[in-house]
Amino acid sequence: MKIGVFVCHCGSNIEATVDTAAVAAAAREFPGVVFATDTMYTCSEPGQDEIVDAIKEHNLGGVVVASCTPRMHEQTFRRTVERAGLNKYLFEMANIREHVSWIGKDREANTNKSVDLVRMATEKLLRNRALHPKKFTINKRVLIIGGGVAGIQAALDCADGGLEVVMVEKTSTIGGKMAKLDKTFPTVDCSSCILGPRMVDVAQHPNITLYAYSEIEEIKGYVGNFEIKVKKKATYVDWKNCTGCGICMEKCPSKKATDTFNEEIGKTTAINIPFPQAIPKKAKIDPAFCTMLKKGKCGICAKVCPSGCIDYEMKDEFITEKVGAIVTATGFDLFDWTVYGEYGGGRYPDVITSLQYERMLSASGPTGGHIKRPSDGKEPKNVVFIQCVGSRDKSVGRPYCTGFCCMYTAKQAILTKDHLPQSQSYVFYMDIRATGKLYDEFTRRAMEEYDTNYIRGRVSMIYPKGDKLLVRGADTLMGTQVEVDADLVVLAVGAESSAGASELAEKLRISYDSYGFYMEGHPKLKPVETNTAGVYLAGACQGPKDIPSSVGQGSAAAAKVLGLFSKDQLESDPQVSIVDIKRCIGCGKCIQTCPFGAIKEIDFRGMVKADVIETICQGCGICTSTCPQGAVQLQHATDNQILSEVNALCQF
Amino acid sequence: MPVLEGKELRIVGFLCNWCSYGGADTAGVGRFNQPTDLRIIKVPCSGRIDPLFVVKALMNGADGVLVSGCHPRDCHYAEGNFYARRRLEIMHKFLPILGYEPGRFEYTWVSASEGQRWQQVVTSFTEQIHKLGPAPKIVGPEASDTLSLMQAAL
Ligand SMILES: Cc1cc2nc3c(=O)[nH]c(=O)nc-3n(C[C@H](O)[C@H](O)[C@H](O)COP(=O)(O)OP(=O)(O)OC[C@H]3O[C@@H](n4cnc5c(N)ncnc54)[C@H](O)[C@@H]3O)c2cc1C
Ligand code: SF4
Ligand code: SF4
Repeated sequence: MKIGVFVCHCGSNIEATVDTAAVAAAAREFPGVVFATDTMYTCSEPGQDEIVDAIKEHNLGGVVVASCTPRMHEQTFRRTVERAGLNKYLFEMANIREHVSWIGKDREANTNKSVDLVRMATEKLLRNRALHPKKFTINKRVLIIGGGVAGIQAALDCADGGLEVVMVEKTSTIGGKMAKLDKTFPTVDCSSCILGPRMVDVAQHPNITLYAYSEIEEIKGYVGNFEIKVKKKATYVDWKNCTGCGICMEKCPSKKATDTFNEEIGKTTAINIPFPQAIPKKAKIDPAFCTMLKKGKCGICAKVCPSGCIDYEMKDEFITEKVGAIVTATGFDLFDWTVYGEYGGGRYPDVITSLQYERMLSASGPTGGHIKRPSDGKEPKNVVFIQCVGSRDKSVGRPYCTGFCCMYTAKQAILTKDHLPQSQSYVFYMDIRATGKLYDEFTRRAMEEYDTNYIRGRVSMIYPKGDKLLVRGADTLMGTQVEVDADLVVLAVGAESSAGASELAEKLRISYDSYGFYMEGHPKLKPVETNTAGVYLAGACQGPKDIPSSVGQGSAAAAKVLGLFSKDQLESDPQVSIVDIKRCIGCGKCIQTCPFGAIKEIDFRGMVKADVIETICQGCGICTSTCPQGAVQLQHATDNQILSEVNALCQF
Repeated sequence: MPVLEGKELRIVGFLCNWCSYGGADTAGVGRFNQPTDLRIIKVPCSGRIDPLFVVKALMNGADGVLVSGCHPRDCHYAEGNFYARRRLEIMHKFLPILGYEPGRFEYTWVSASEGQRWQQVVTSFTEQIHKLGPAPKIVGPEASDTLSLMQAAL
């Protein structure tokens, strides 16, 4: 094979600490290399043209590019060599940027190391073979996990694009956090007025199947053909017949159930519909509080239900759905602020979270839109907001900025004044981060028009003083201590990844960061893709996001799915395992270890042999390192290819 | 070109494509400085790593071998790193039989987001190898015999 080597400067990214000309010169001495050069930007159009020209001029049979990580540009260069008529697997990359030039400044050592990496790539390339993808048909249905505003947007866009959509939502209603909000920044328009109709659209869209109060049990398969096992949790109410009349709720004597929708401001009944605009508007029983389910006594709801829906024997149900793509939109949860002893750690009833405050502000909330102190039901006069509770704080393991708390705090200060004109709001903040369109204007309005007293500094202590709370903090701009007699304290708690995010990631086989937020395919260029083909991200599950960004990402994910499904067939990755029939002794070890069931037993002239099903094989190579005969080999990462890399490095 | 005489030792890394290779990339993007000794071979999954690769590397002159994959349960291929763990665990017992200090081989888990952790892993492993110094080199005809013995044993 005649090999051409292209060593990239990447502007000065590589050239500054690697002598690329010397690397090219060294490469010319390697077996098979007939051409080597250094180029300014290999990935640019002239850079790619240079490769194409060299392939033609020198009749190259393979190409090595030494540049950035293959995760960045392997696909780019594979297309380049294809353009010149080469099979795209007759190409290798040496990562001399992320793994060399960016991690040290010793030019001599870096140049030397780069030469090694190029040698390794050429040795591997000498053993590469042309590979050809197979085509397979795809199932044009899409699964949306999570019915917050991001998931709703993705579902509606996909459904309007003509796709069949399956939505799985963990709680008994869709809407996510946005359904709990009173108004939204920066326009202060009513949250349920803009979200409500979208939720109804989901329920009524002929292309959407909604599984609420359900979870993902298992995911099998691969892009184009996933098989999803959905667990429909027992609601003890037959939803086919439940009309959402709410009579059961009126009559249920167990009135101390946890009201998660209202963030535990108040209690609900054991059988409940989370809120009047819930979608679907169906009742479910919370078994932890139902006396019938716990003690076998009561049964009132069954007696009063006009549709006879109550079924105390109901069990979880499992349903299998087949889809070709998945959008994950599982959102976020709130940081548990009670770790902050200085804010009372949960001991003071009049210290509440921002989301509890939203429920209090909401006309359909448990207080009917009246701001009341949880302790005595009185209207507060002085309201203190504390920002960055569980954000930008290394000491509690949350060094990141949640991004939307500055904005919703300003919103809540404005709404407080609207509700209680005689009140005075104080905001303790670290910095004001209001970088969206019309955002800075909005926070200024809170200060200037609504007379909110913004104090730059942190609160060091809250303690009770009579029926009030004394909030003591620093004003770092004035260099003084401040004390405020507060009637109510609202904590702008930060966002963290949603409960169960990592378990779901394991099922989806996608990566997540150390905080549990899902990792996008590329921080700039692939914001909604993941590294698993056919799995996309939308909304705050990828990182804290406000509504406009979540909706934007929901639409973007839908566009990706529609793009994927614009073809009837996909090409399978040909980097799969194949069995050498002659070497296979039919021991079946590979069949046992393959995590995907991609290997089956076949009969070959009366002998048992293994055979790989190409479209199911995911290319992990576990079988290859299991086979005692070396009979099953993962193409493009065969034993020979990997050992040639080892030898290239270790021969000295 | 050999390793830089007196400065570097020969360290080979086998990294899975989905987690650790990405973690090493993240370390690069973050400009987290590292020693230059390590050369990385990318494999699709830590489960693809045959213990033979490790032995081969050492027998052919490597002074240290580092394997890194996805954290347990986070494997892109569901269970590849469990197979890896089982296979590689044996290496710690096996290498002394071949005359290598067990510290010449290490396996660890680094995710694609853990750039800083990767920097620490590389730095401390490189230090460990420098403390051990160059590995004894097996050369001559017995080398291939030992290797085939190994192969049979695995
Ligand atoms: C107090 C407060 C006030 C705010 N005010 C504003 C505002 O005024 N303007 C603004 O732009 N933004 C505001 N935000 C931010 C806004 O809430 C988010 O931008 C938005 O909720 C993100 O939507 P999402 O769909 O990504 O996530 P979520 O709203 O969290 O929805 C996620 C959904 O997925 C479901 N889910 C989770 N895990 C699973 C699973 N494993 N399986 C199935 N389903 C699952 C959840 O039950 C939920 O229904 C505010 C946030 C807070 C906390
Ligand atoms: S059985 Fe009784 S306690 Fe249980 S949900 Fe029905 S009415 Fe409520
Ligand atoms: S490489 Fe082997 S073990 Fe992995 S999926 Fe393919 S057949 Fe199964």
